[in-house]
Formats: sequence, structure tokens, C-alpha cells
Amino acid sequence: MPSEREVAERIVREIKALGQRLRLMHVCGTHQDTLVKHGLQPLLSEAGVHIVQGPGCPVCVTTPREIEEARALALGGASVTAFGDMMNVPGPNGSLFSAREEGADVRIVYSITDAVAMARESPSKRSVFMGVGFETTAPSTAVALLSNPPDNFFILSCHRVVPPALEAIIQMGEVRLDGLIEPGHVSTIIGTRPYVGISKRWKIPQVVAGFEPLDLMMAVLMLARQKSQGRGEVENEYSRVVRPEGNVKALKAMREAFEPCDVAWRGFPTIPGSGMALRPKLAAHDARREFEDVLAPVSEMDFPEPRGCICGEVLRGVVESDECPLFGKACTPEHPVGPCMVSYEGSCNILYKYKGK
Amino acid sequence: MCLAVPGKVVKVKGSEGLVDFGGAKRWVNISLVDAKAGSYVIVHAGFAIQTLGKREALETIALWAEMLDKMGEDVKDA
Amino acid sequence: MPKVKLSHGAGGRAMQRLLKEMVVSRLASDVGEVRLSEMDDSAIVDGIVFTTDSHTVKPLFFPGGDIGSLSIAGTVNDLAVMGAEPIALSLAMVVEEGLDLDILEKVIGSVARTARKAGVSIVTGDTKVMERGAVDKLVLNTSGIGRRHPLLDRNLYIVQKYRKFAGKWPRDSTLAGGDALVVSGTIGDHGVAILSAREGYGFESEVRSDAAPMNHAISEALDAGGVVAMKDPTRGGLANALNEFSEKSGVGIEIDEAAIPIKPGVRSACGMLGLDPMEIGNEGKVLFGVVGEKASDVLKSLRKTPEGRQAAIIGRASKKVRGVVMRTKIGGRRIVEPPIGDPVPRIC
Repeated sequence: MPSEREVAERIVREIKALGQRLRLMHVCGTHQDTLVKHGLQPLLSEAGVHIVQGPGCPVCVTTPREIEEARALALGGASVTAFGDMMNVPGPNGSLFSAREEGADVRIVYSITDAVAMARESPSKRSVFMGVGFETTAPSTAVALLSNPPDNFFILSCHRVVPPALEAIIQMGEVRLDGLIEPGHVSTIIGTRPYVGISKRWKIPQVVAGFEPLDLMMAVLMLARQKSQGRGEVENEYSRVVRPEGNVKALKAMREAFEPCDVAWRGFPTIPGSGMALRPKLAAHDARREFEDVLAPVSEMDFPEPRGCICGEVLRGVVESDECPLFGKACTPEHPVGPCMVSYEGSCNILYKYKGK
Repeated sequence: MCLAVPGKVVKVKGSEGLVDFGGAKRWVNISLVDAKAGSYVIVHAGFAIQTLGKREALETIALWAEMLDKMGEDVKDA
Repeated sequence: MPKVKLSHGAGGRAMQRLLKEMVVSRLASDVGEVRLSEMDDSAIVDGIVFTTDSHTVKPLFFPGGDIGSLSIAGTVNDLAVMGAEPIALSLAMVVEEGLDLDILEKVIGSVARTARKAGVSIVTGDTKVMERGAVDKLVLNTSGIGRRHPLLDRNLYIVQKYRKFAGKWPRDSTLAGGDALVVSGTIGDHGVAILSAREGYGFESEVRSDAAPMNHAISEALDAGGVVAMKDPTRGGLANALNEFSEKSGVGIEIDEAAIPIKPGVRSACGMLGLDPMEIGNEGKVLFGVVGEKASDVLKSLRKTPEGRQAAIIGRASKKVRGVVMRTKIGGRRIVEPPIGDPVPRIC
């Protein structure tokens, strides 16, 4: 049985043998962490492969407006629960953590199931769960909503879907890409079919990849082979988990609970149909309806990007993290300006941590 | 995008299953998959999002080696 | 007005900066061979090693330990990693009105057992009770004094057979290029045991806290000889301890990911919660710097002790690198930074 390292060395040899210079994009914070935590970048760049991070972590793409909405709810007296990832994301007036420091009831949960349990424990208090994440996380919110949660439980939906964002990036044409590494766990839900249209229209190779280091390296090899053979198709490296049809039950639950809406992504103009709003039948649990008064001031605010922050360009893969003027100076993991530095998965946070100052 | 890890369903109670992640165990919602005691699942934020075979859960290195060998044959056949 | 944050107390960079800029800058003096300003695990005044620690762990009881065993082990270890033999400890308690007396009794029982295990006595103390709600159940403070370990001089004599060693005590600043880094056992056990009991992301875990006095294991290591630095990797975990060695000794450190002992239960819990075992706290572990030539002898001695059965050589100090660099299992390389604030479970 070969060791993980031997298989890795064999893959690098095979990539080098194809002699392709590759510029690839992935759109997943967890892929970025795998790349950097295992130190794959030096290995892959030696084989002529450069990987750019697209908009891929729920934290990076959540807009300042949504952060300010969650803060307003917490400071307005609701008990707000959210994943740990969201705690430090800065809005114009601070983060959920800083709201907690101002006395608001803000708590971290591992799962929406814990958030529902907390709401049941204090029925007199209105409890809001900040629903972030893509097609991997949205089904869990849907199931919670469809299993008659308590009346005092509400959702602030910030969920988004990936395919429209992929199309937006490629259409903008700002970035020359030789291939796309598709997110394994989003694909576990949506399957491989939604990507086929993209390959057909733009003849761009795509490979759905898992999250072990060898998953990513194998996906890069598959993309290099496609390029060397002049192919532009969808291939599935993560076949041990991802099925072509995805998870039918999860897709059904999502469709039942949510309807597409237009939503802005940080660093992008509004992307049509890329957001997920609660369907009318679940309006009783929609925080944006229940707390219309508390959220009214937020809807009038406008949210300019912090001065000098070019997270947008970094998120669209147009600029590398260390090409940002604030990187490592005004913008560090301790004093993050934009989301790419705040999130553990943000390309700047990870580059800063793993590459050093 | 989303952190999900494989685990083995130890027991089931209604829409929940106790999953062993190789030392840490936690009750997770299994209503989005068809799983029973003994099934391997991949779990994200407290929800099982897919079932996978035992070999897929435990012998990933062998699977990659096979992928490489298969690629080698494609080249010979092409 | 800027406010105190949780990260100011979590053992990472935010805490280091608060202490340097607000506390040490005002209180520093030239009293002692090892002074306040050096922010070491203990101070040394007139040859006496002196340390203090407060304990606010939540929950009070967790798999493998409790606030009582944690407080005694913590202070004994702070003395022992300076190269001192504990003389005596103090125990101060701040108790919330309304706490069940049997909880207090259980904690004191655990304090007694742990002190006996370490071979040290509690000789003085203080008790305060605050009205309901003013403090969360129970807070303990333990202080300790120690004398120079009888084996320390011979240990440093052996060090000087292989390289120069200027100081009198093993410090964070006395590591040098070529020295080996040895960890006394598996990392992350304590932090995972605590997380498994915490509201909001609790889970069942077979991982038990490693809270235990390490003074006997340290004596064995000193007996083998060649130890140049010691630290207990508590808040901020191994990542923080390695960075403090590297920063204070002005030398890079290269570590090998495959050599770092991690229990499957810790790896699995960290995988599930999206955490890095390198940043998870330990309460019964020691990170040693050892002259290269004596690393295997120290390892053998440690492995003979119950606390050091899974000791391992994890890397080497080297002038060729800056900061702490890890060779990953897959053959890549990455830099290990000290964590900022407490690790938080994530989904992405």
C-alpha cells in the first residue's frame, strides 16, 4: 500500500510529465485551507500550476449589510445564534463579537439543531439564527424550518448558491482560467450536472474535488490532462461521495423552504437568482419580516467598501492577496479590514498565517 | 466552502443518528440520507449530507492509487 | 473606550500585547534573576522560583479532570518547567453563594489527590464568598514556590559538553540552533475534553483531559541530562509554545507533522469542529528543548514515566528558517503562527 506522500509524489511527476502551465480557480474556503494547511502550493507551483481563490467562503461573500442586520437584531434584544465563522466578520459598526461585548445575547453553535434547542429552552425570548453558507448548509436550515420549529425561532437567511456566481466570474472575463476546481460538498448536494452548461458554453475543464490533499492534487492532474487533450468537460474526482444527481432529498427540502432571489455578494454586483429567500409559507419564521422595525434603519444605510479594501478583486481572482496594498499592514488577522482577512478560510487570512508576514 | 467529515452511524433514534467520527461521537440529523446503524455518512454542521461505502470512508489512499493506475491504462489505450 | 476582549485572556498574541503594553510596562522592576518583564512561566527571586495562576475553567468538572486537579497541576508544572522542585503551594478560593457544598468538597478532594501525586503540600490560603451572581460558581488561585532542582546543575554541565550555555536556568530564551524539540505526549487532549462538555457544541468523546503534575517526568529528563529549555503548552497549545521559544531564543524551528503525537479522538473532534490540534490547550504536557546529542537519552527516560509514555522528538531548532515551519505529511511546508484568541468551531 503506497503512503500518502508516495502517491503525492507520483501525481506531481505525472503533472510535470504533461508539461502544462495551468492557471486554475477554486471557489471554496475549505479547499483554500487544504491547499495551505498541507503546504500544497509550493509542490504544485513547482509543477507549473497556479491556483487562485474565487468567492468561496460563506464569511467572505456575506455583505456588510447582512452583518449589520445580525448586529441590529442582537442589540435590539433578540438572542442571535450563528456559526463560529461569522463571529469576527466586521460590518461598518463592528462584528457580532463586539455586539456581544456591548451586552447583546450572541452565541456560537455547531449546528442549527442546537440553535432550535436553545430557542425552545427560552420560549419568551425571540431567537434568530443567522443562516449562512451555500447548498451544503442550506438544506439543514430547510429541514429545521420544515420540522415545525418553536414560534420564537426565526431565520436571517444569508444563504447563497454557487453556479450563478461561477457564471458571473467567467462572464466578467477578467481572469484567464485554464480550469475550475469545483467544491466537493456543495456538489454532494447539487451533483455534477449543474456545471455541465458552463463547460459547454465556455469549453472550460471542471473537476469536482474532495478535501484531502490528495483529492486536490488528483483534481489538478485531471484538469492538466483535459487541457493537454484539448477537452473541456466536467469530471468527478470526489466520486466516493458525490453522485451525478447529488442528494435528491436535500434538493427537495431546499426547494420547499427557499425561493431564489437576487442578492449582492461582497466584491460583486448583485448576482441574479444567487440568493435564497424563505418561501411565503414560512414567513412566520422570517426574521426580516418579524423584525421589520428593528431592521428598518439598516435598510436605509449604504455600505461603501472600507477605504483601500480591494477584497472584491481578490474574491474575483483578479488580484492576489499579497498584491493588496493593505495586506499584512493595515489589514491583519488581528485587525481585519475586509472579510478575506477575517475568515479562517479567507485567502488573505490563510496566506498571512501560512506564508508569514 | 463547507467542512464535512466522514463517520460511522452507531445507532439511530427517529430522525437522529449517533455518529462516531473516530473517537468523537455526536447525535446528528440523518433525515437527508438513507442511513441505519453501521452506515458510513459524511456530516456537515450536524447534518448527514450523504452516505458512503465502508471502503470509500476508510481506504481513500487505495482509491487514489487505483485512479492513477486507471489513468495510466487510459493513456496506453488512447 | 476600547474594552477587554475574550482574546486578551486566551494565551495568544492579543494577550501578549495587552500584558506587554499595559501591565508589564508599569510594574516591571529589576528585582529577581528572572523578572516580571520576561513574562516566563515563573519568576526567580533570591534563588526561589515563584509563580501564580488563576483558574476559571467551565465546566468545573470535565472528562479526566476538574478545576481542583487543574489548579494544582498547573502551578506545579509552572515551577517544574523553570527547573525548580516545588517546596509548597497556596490555594485561594472565591466561591459563589449558593454553590452546593458537595461540589466544593469534591474539588478539595481532587486538590488533595493531585498535591499528593506531585509530592507537594498546600501551606496557606484564603477563602472569600461572593453573593449569588457576582462570580460564576467557583474561581481558584494557586501560587507556588520552588528551589533549584538538585539535578539541574549536572544537567547543564552535560549541556556544556556539546555547546555553550550562558544562563543558570533553562528558559524560553536558551534554545539554540541544532537543539531538538521533544514533546512529552499527545497534544490537544485537555482542550478537546473541555470542548466536548461545552454548551452549543458538546459531543461525546473518549478523550480525557491530561491535567497532571509533570514534575516527576521532568526530573527523569533532567537526570538524563541535556535539557536547555522547557515550557508547558497550555493556552494557545503547541503552536504558541513553539513560537515563544522561537521568538525569545531568536532561532527558527523546523517541525515534522508526522512526528507529532495526536490521539485519534482529538484528530476526529478537531476535524469535526474545524480546529487545528496544534492550537488546542494542554494541561499535562511539557515541550523540551534538548541538545541534539542527548535527545534520544531524554526520550528514553521520558518514555519510562507514566506521563511520558508517548513522548516524541518532533523537530529541531535551526538558523536556516525564520519562525516555526512545519514539514507536512504530504511533503509540503507551512508556517505555524501563534493563535489569536480561543479556537472557535467553524463550518467552512
